[in-house]
Amino acid sequence: MWPYILRNLLQRLVLLFIVSVIAHGVVHLAPGEPTEVDPSNPRMKPEDIVKIRKAFHLDEPLHLQYAYWMRDLFSGELKSFKDSQPVLPKIWDRFLNSLPLFILATIIIWTLSFPTGIHAAVRRGSVYDRSTTFIAYTLISVPGFFLSYLAILWVVSVLGVPVIGMRTFGMEDALPLFRGMDRLWHLVVPSLMTALGGIAVLSRYVRSQMLEVIGQDYVRTARAKGLPEDQVIYRHALRNALLPFVTMFGFLLPGLIGGSVIFEQIFAWPGLGRLGYDAILSRDFPVILTINFIAAALTLAGTFMSDLLYAAVDPRIRLH
Amino acid sequence: MAEALRNMQGESDKAAQSMTHETPFEEFWKLFKRDRLAMVGLGVLVLLLFMAVAGKALTEWWVVFDPAAVNLVDKFKSPFSQASALVPADVRPLAGIYLLGTDELGRDVFARMLQGSFVSLSIGFVAVGISVFIGILLGGLAGYYGNLRLGIMTVDTLIMRFTDVMLSFPTFFLILTAVALLPPSIYNIMIIIGITSWMGTTRFVRAEFLALREQDFVVAARAMGLPERRIIFLHMVPNAIAPVLVSATIGVASAILTESALSFLGFGVQPPFATWGNILSDGKGFIFDAPWLFFIPGIAILVVVLAFNLVGEGMREALNPKLRRR
Repeated sequence: MWPYILRNLLQRLVLLFIVSVIAHGVVHLAPGEPTEVDPSNPRMKPEDIVKIRKAFHLDEPLHLQYAYWMRDLFSGELKSFKDSQPVLPKIWDRFLNSLPLFILATIIIWTLSFPTGIHAAVRRGSVYDRSTTFIAYTLISVPGFFLSYLAILWVVSVLGVPVIGMRTFGMEDALPLFRGMDRLWHLVVPSLMTALGGIAVLSRYVRSQMLEVIGQDYVRTARAKGLPEDQVIYRHALRNALLPFVTMFGFLLPGLIGGSVIFEQIFAWPGLGRLGYDAILSRDFPVILTINFIAAALTLAGTFMSDLLYAAVDPRIRLH
Repeated sequence: MAEALRNMQGESDKAAQSMTHETPFEEFWKLFKRDRLAMVGLGVLVLLLFMAVAGKALTEWWVVFDPAAVNLVDKFKSPFSQASALVPADVRPLAGIYLLGTDELGRDVFARMLQGSFVSLSIGFVAVGISVFIGILLGGLAGYYGNLRLGIMTVDTLIMRFTDVMLSFPTFFLILTAVALLPPSIYNIMIIIGITSWMGTTRFVRAEFLALREQDFVVAARAMGLPERRIIFLHMVPNAIAPVLVSATIGVASAILTESALSFLGFGVQPPFATWGNILSDGKGFIFDAPWLFFIPGIAILVVVLAFNLVGEGMREALNPKLRRR
């Protein structure tokens, strides 16, 4: 077990290194530098550009720039090009903003997908099954921002719930209770919209996984023994169908960054995705690279965790 | 009596023959036809293909609908409204009626949607074409020449580790970064979507190749001394192509969605090209004044992407060997 874990960790560190080198290459080799964000600014003279390039080490060869980036990242000295703020605290603040959105969306996805998927599998071919299948495909196929705009229009005109930003402006002096409620209201619509696609995908996956297990011999045996149907489904079938989902917890982590750009943009949510978007717009290389680095690290950590979890739940799997 | 018997014999022979001589495609088609949703999806796609070709023809080669004609007198006309008399004859819509209304510059939305259908579809097809090409190439290499050693590692390790590296990138963020940093061009968008989405195909093809390599017909082909190129492309690829086709169909759907998401963020296809994605994201500003600018492209994207997904799923079900045996 331990040799496996060590070897795996080492492999993942190598992968992370390669990912960071590629990301660094893509960002630096692509045309467009921070100095060119505002080319029409008449006060920007060639000697200023030289000065800026020197200050940001942009005039050095690529491998040196990579070394500077890594050194600053791990010593915590990395500064944003845009406002010279340290990058890590900046990302941490935004991460804390993204976290509640992510957690609530995840809870919604997992609590809704399982009953939907299981029910559809048990009544395969019924009206319920066919209609949830169709709805799931529709939710996968609709552009996220199209649906979100409709939801905003509907929610604002019918329910009068605030939907933009994290809190209502001017509520800073209100009682903590009201502030908390305000935060919660702001959270509801964005997290629901973020969750919809996930519900569609996961409930389909639950359905197919359940169908697979229900067709197995041991389920037939359980039925043949005369067990009540509920016990067959929830004791014998569901427990086996759940196995792959344990590992999916690992794959959730990267969703914190990648999936949120669009929704945070729509709902003016000051989270990580928007930080990345703004950084891309202003060619803020340290922020782009660091967000990318953290996202890759989270992905690798996620798949690593899912491997371990799988071994922990499924006694048939031995890591060596 | 003997005649009748012989007839019956013949019938049953024919039946037996058709049972055994059903080509894989016929078998697939029989299963696929049962899925009504997938058939509807297929119908929509055929219609769309026709529309895209017609759109290309009618907006560029033989201009009946001019998507770029600006008629400021006719801005924000609702669908089915008459063109104003001030519009010059050469840019008037067909029969003087704007079928789907006009946008904020008085451009005919119907013409723009027609043009956009070709552009959106070609983004989907080219991006998926690139990703399938890379996927088959790398997956085939890893599956067929996997045991070959290159220095410290085998070809298989090299390719699969590279696939892992690509899978560790936050895909949408990577696409966004690359599209934003490169000069805005429709080809860059196609290429970037293509080279960030080949990993699934590579894995399928590699798995199929590993299984096929040991099968008798491949061993026989090798024993006959056929060149490897022939074994790979004529004997193995056709047998490994089914899951690739499924993921390609669904890939077109997600490429169209990715393009519309990029358009929403302002990094999509730039004018003068109209795509459904950028018509939709331009339309979002006029959702109260001119709702058709928002709903028409939105619903069009929904229907088309849904059709691709349903056809893809229908294919996956029909190709599933477990369903086949039943």
